[in-house]
Amino acid sequence: MTTSDSEDVLGTAAQWRAAGETVALATVVETWGSSPRPAGSRMAVTASGRMAGSVSGGCIEGAVADAAKQTMATGAPQLLDFGISDERAWEVGLACGGKLKVFVEKLS
Amino acid sequence: MTPEILDRLLAERSAGRPVALLTRLSDGHQCLWPDDACPGALAEAAAAALRDDQARTVTLDGEPWFVHPHNPPLRLVVVGAVHIAQALVPMAARVGFAVTVVDPRRAFATEERFEGVTLSTDWPDEALDALRPDARTAIVTLSHDPKLDDPALDRALKSPAFYIGALGSRRTHAKRVARLKEMGFDDAAIARIHAPIGLDIEAVTAPEIALSILAEIVAVRRGAALAARRQPSSPNTAAA
Repeated sequence: MTTSDSEDVLGTAAQWRAAGETVALATVVETWGSSPRPAGSRMAVTASGRMAGSVSGGCIEGAVADAAKQTMATGAPQLLDFGISDERAWEVGLACGGKLKVFVEKLS
Repeated sequence: MTPEILDRLLAERSAGRPVALLTRLSDGHQCLWPDDACPGALAEAAAAALRDDQARTVTLDGEPWFVHPHNPPLRLVVVGAVHIAQALVPMAARVGFAVTVVDPRRAFATEERFEGVTLSTDWPDEALDALRPDARTAIVTLSHDPKLDDPALDRALKSPAFYIGALGSRRTHAKRVARLKEMGFDDAAIARIHAPIGLDIEAVTAPEIALSILAEIVAVRRGAALAARRQPSSPNTAAA
């Protein structure tokens, strides 16, 4: 249960891709403090704006989806840092507390 | 991630094989362990991540790699295709368990009562011999019938299952303990059985009892502090 999820994000991503969508995957790769989702938590997003799964308690999904759009456009993966001590995190509202790193990659 | 890696991940999962996805975070290069040839240090980290079921980042030649275990789902074996089982099975599936219901009484173990659920109408000892419960398996006995529950508990106690629970009041359990002792189990073995089953939430209805059982399974799996939650004098005999 630690890293698997009853919500089948990978399966959903594969279905979206098969339906012709452009898809990116975001994965929590490191956490510190009271991050709400453990390393391995995943979210899939499409260029058309669909989302499945999560990488936090809802605090940073919007920012991650924005970064994913970039990655879908350029094809280049990104390693995002979110932390309570980080100006950017305040901007995107990491109300959950803690720090985390999220890896964003295009499915291609 | 390439579509090829995704397809292989999904195929390994369908086959119930544990696999670790290794990602070099600088450029997104990926490989799957144990199928691909991954550098030795990564192979060790992958094996450890699968064993602990915990993702981690490791550094190889100054490069961070994300090691992401993909284990097959935890399993739940429910002995007794009873009303509480009907409530428990969909809840457990939603929490991520692969569920099998065992009941040789064909009036109970029907497709109509358990639509789309894996059913076994073998005797519980034979069913468990076939299922080979491991340390990622929980076993609950709900039939209230010693002819079914006892052989299931015999196999459960001989297995490394991480959770064993038995429905029944304190009185029922005391009689069960006596029978298990006759079968040769000692106190330490019998103490692995959670009985009366479930967290003490004063559950009354079948879904409430199912909730208390599932909550207890999750608590045990996660190592939650549950000690001293029940006093010997507690009037609770949930699900008697």
